Amino acid sequence: MENKDKNLPKKSFLSTQIDLSKFAPATDEEKAQQDVMSESTTFFKDGMKRLFKNPLAVLSIVLLSLILFTIIFVPMFVPYEYDEILKVDGKRDRGAQNLAPFEYSEMEQEFIANGGERFPHILGTDELCRDYFVRVIYGTRVSLAVGLFASIIVLIIGLIYGSISGYLGGKVDLVMMRIVDIIYSLPDMLIIILLSVVLNEVLVFKPGTILAELGTNMISIFIVFGLLYWVSMARLIRGQILSIKENEYILAARSIGAKPTRIIKKHIIPNCLSVIIISVALQIPSAIFTESYLSFVGLGVKAPMPSLGSLANAARDGIMSYPHKLVFPAIMICLIVLSLNLLGDGLRDAFDPKLKR
Amino acid sequence: MNKPLISVQNLHTSFFTDSGEVCAVNGVSFDLDHGEILGIVGESGSGKSVTAYSIMQILASTGKIVDGSIYYKGEDITKWKEKQMRDFRGKCCSIIFQDPMTSLNPVFTIGNQLTEAIKLHTDKKGKEAKARAAELLELVGINEPERRLKQYPYELSGGMRQRVMIAMALACEPDILIADEPTTALDVTIQAQILELIQKLQKELGMAVILVTHDLGVIASMCDNIIVMYGGRICERGTAHEIFYNPKHEYTKGLLRSIPNVTRMKEKLIPILGTPINMLNLPKGCSFCARCDNAMKICLTEKPEEISINENHKASCWINVRDAMINEGGNADE
Amino acid sequence: MSDILLEVNDLKQYFPIRTGFFQKTPLKAVDGVSFTIGKGETLGLVGESGCGKTTVGRSILRLYEPTAGQVIFDGEEVTKNNINSMRKKMQMVFQDPYSSLDPRMTVEDIIGEPLDVHKLYSNKKERREKILELMNYVGLNSEHATRYAHEFSGGQRQRIGIARALAVDPQFIVCDEPVSALDVSIQAQVINMFEELQEKLGVAYLFIAHDLLVVHHISKRIAVMYLGKIVELADSDELNNNPLHPYTQSLLSAVPIPDPDIARSRQRIVLEGDVPSPLKMPTGCPFRTRCQYATEQCAQECPTLTDRGGGHMSACFNK
Repeated sequence: MENKDKNLPKKSFLSTQIDLSKFAPATDEEKAQQDVMSESTTFFKDGMKRLFKNPLAVLSIVLLSLILFTIIFVPMFVPYEYDEILKVDGKRDRGAQNLAPFEYSEMEQEFIANGGERFPHILGTDELCRDYFVRVIYGTRVSLAVGLFASIIVLIIGLIYGSISGYLGGKVDLVMMRIVDIIYSLPDMLIIILLSVVLNEVLVFKPGTILAELGTNMISIFIVFGLLYWVSMARLIRGQILSIKENEYILAARSIGAKPTRIIKKHIIPNCLSVIIISVALQIPSAIFTESYLSFVGLGVKAPMPSLGSLANAARDGIMSYPHKLVFPAIMICLIVLSLNLLGDGLRDAFDPKLKR
Repeated sequence: MNKPLISVQNLHTSFFTDSGEVCAVNGVSFDLDHGEILGIVGESGSGKSVTAYSIMQILASTGKIVDGSIYYKGEDITKWKEKQMRDFRGKCCSIIFQDPMTSLNPVFTIGNQLTEAIKLHTDKKGKEAKARAAELLELVGINEPERRLKQYPYELSGGMRQRVMIAMALACEPDILIADEPTTALDVTIQAQILELIQKLQKELGMAVILVTHDLGVIASMCDNIIVMYGGRICERGTAHEIFYNPKHEYTKGLLRSIPNVTRMKEKLIPILGTPINMLNLPKGCSFCARCDNAMKICLTEKPEEISINENHKASCWINVRDAMINEGGNADE
Repeated sequence: MSDILLEVNDLKQYFPIRTGFFQKTPLKAVDGVSFTIGKGETLGLVGESGCGKTTVGRSILRLYEPTAGQVIFDGEEVTKNNINSMRKKMQMVFQDPYSSLDPRMTVEDIIGEPLDVHKLYSNKKERREKILELMNYVGLNSEHATRYAHEFSGGQRQRIGIARALAVDPQFIVCDEPVSALDVSIQAQVINMFEELQEKLGVAYLFIAHDLLVVHHISKRIAVMYLGKIVELADSDELNNNPLHPYTQSLLSAVPIPDPDIARSRQRIVLEGDVPSPLKMPTGCPFRTRCQYATEQCAQECPTLTDRGGGHMSACFNK
């Protein structure tokens, strides 16, 4: 073939259309240029790219960061406290009860007329003359914290239990999963109510500590969450580990001579990490929801500490006259739960390899 | 019968993925005559299955026929509405898939699924449909059809399931049967059974068969005409004899060199170097040039056109053009 | 065969399968398999899916605990206790290049894992040098070291898998269908690489596959398995030209040959029916249900593998 190149005719019927030099053999470099490998991406980068292509997920990220920013920084600028009964010039402002958003009480109006400056009550005030905006922000803080902590407790217990059950398999798995089934069959609301009643008697905290401020109800919510809701997490992680264990790369690691601890640490955990993150993201809203629900029926945080649920509960009394007091915490719950759910869905779509392509 | 049964003209099919447009099929044209067995061979990602799916219009949701037309008995089916296509699928053209394990619904009996297909496309009802189902099972060589009709897919072996799939595809006596890697998931001895069955049925029912496969061995024993695909384009087409004994495209030549030769078993194989083409950025010129030993400068920049080697054989390779020029030049000198 | 590297004696691997509430039936995946492999030799192991060929490979490496039988490697019996040091001498290449590489690890870490496990380097630099040398061996570009497995094509992934197996410098590699998941054009690359590595490093292979053409090409001797038993074992050319066992005969005749004239002119022996379930094995010879020569004797007792001259072993009463 190569020899023939030298004999290429000077002129031929095709030469008018095609330049003959083009028929010289291509060099390896020229060929290599044709073979481009796509850009290197890690699994994480790839997933993030897909996450940011999902408009709903991006929207919920924006919304969540806005909420986080508000609850962290805004209380610094608002001159009221969540349990502070409004005073004007050191005198208690009795007229500042149940104000509408941006409304000033008579005393305040007088104060402003005299040249004083008064921070507006953005969401009005409640029946005890407390600034409602600050209370809603603190309520959000409490609700989010509850959601986060409860999810972390669930994650820790579920991860340990699930991985042991999944990795060991066999009889151990059988027994551990039956225990899970038993816990699953308990009615959770009943247990929460019973536990909080019992714990109220048992748990006594030193006044002034954070625990005391949260109240025993809150602590019992954490404990109940820890005791009840880890089961679904444990099941999920066990299932993940069982399916990862089937992969040939686990077999390959064993055939190399790797020990079980190495296999769990290097192969199994990194491969179920994305599923864990996603389920935690979806666990938070459910915890927030439960907390709000419990606060609504009066088993949540201890007064005067607000939570979104207890705020909504308190607003029930004057619902005909002051509907806005129910609307604001309710909107907040909706926004948080919705955006966390959407973010969780987005994370799942972006990181679950089964849905890839 | 001078008009082809199916005529695919300049078909372009793309998939729109997160990473961009993947041009799976790039200007494929071919004709299929009545009673012909056409083999489409190529490696994974060559667009052979997508071509078959495009004819049936059963592409995944991201896939779309971008350009070109498919004529069935003179009518352009790419312009047909979904309702017409539903009639086309099954009555005129059926497909059997690679994996007989997943193409049957596990919660229904064989009989249930088979009579469903019959009722859908014919006016047979009740007992009549059941009788037809049993008849079909018998046709594809399943013994005790009455008993089999009551069984669930998991009770059957892989080979049996593929037979049931074939029976289902034949329910309405289609003109065309598309077999997409029908034997890849099966064992060698079962593969032989299924291939024999397809061949027998093709002769008996006189339908045309498009056999999509990567296995040159299967193609060699089954097909009248062969299309070799690479990178979404047709490299070479011709009769089985021409393709195997007189390959004119560098890819086909490489492919035949890289399988163990039956007569010279222990000789070293000559592989095609490099890795399969990245469908996301197709090269400007010939899609095979990056792996071709005899690539020329022109291969990098210009797509080769299909030229006839003889009446039964066409290839798209610049080397043929060059050789033609050399011959022409040689003749002119004399 | 003066220097035998691996000797497998009457290997049995049963898996208990729950068939009733309290009842467990042993699934005889491998039922009394014996063979030897010489140093630097390739033994092909063919059979249909479910015949136990993969299980043989895994049992040798003790990925399963064998029910009975022994594996002797280089004069030393492989047991539960010495398997970890044995895994420095015996390695495995897996079938599926997609699931056999951890998607969260870079190529460097995948190939380096055996080095880490057996502590085969003294510092980071030495580790990296060794990895690059291995990558070079299997024809991978050193720039690829930091990439993830999913960025590679099937053939390249299989190269990574082979590099991982080579990392401990083994004398014997079990190749479990290493090319069946690859495209035809890539298969030849990988097969050639196996052959070159054997020439260079003198490794022995147990080459498990269902593609008879490929096995015939690469192996010196071939063993044919059917339902957990070896039915025929012979030199590869001998087996191909003169198959004795009826199962081998039909297997060979069913292989699709990529040559239209030969493919169309030859006589196919198409086997009737399917492989019986290993849970309900037929009595006597496992192949008798599909065998055209089956007699009364076949139903009563199971034929053993006997030498028919020149090391050609077959297990059949009638042929």
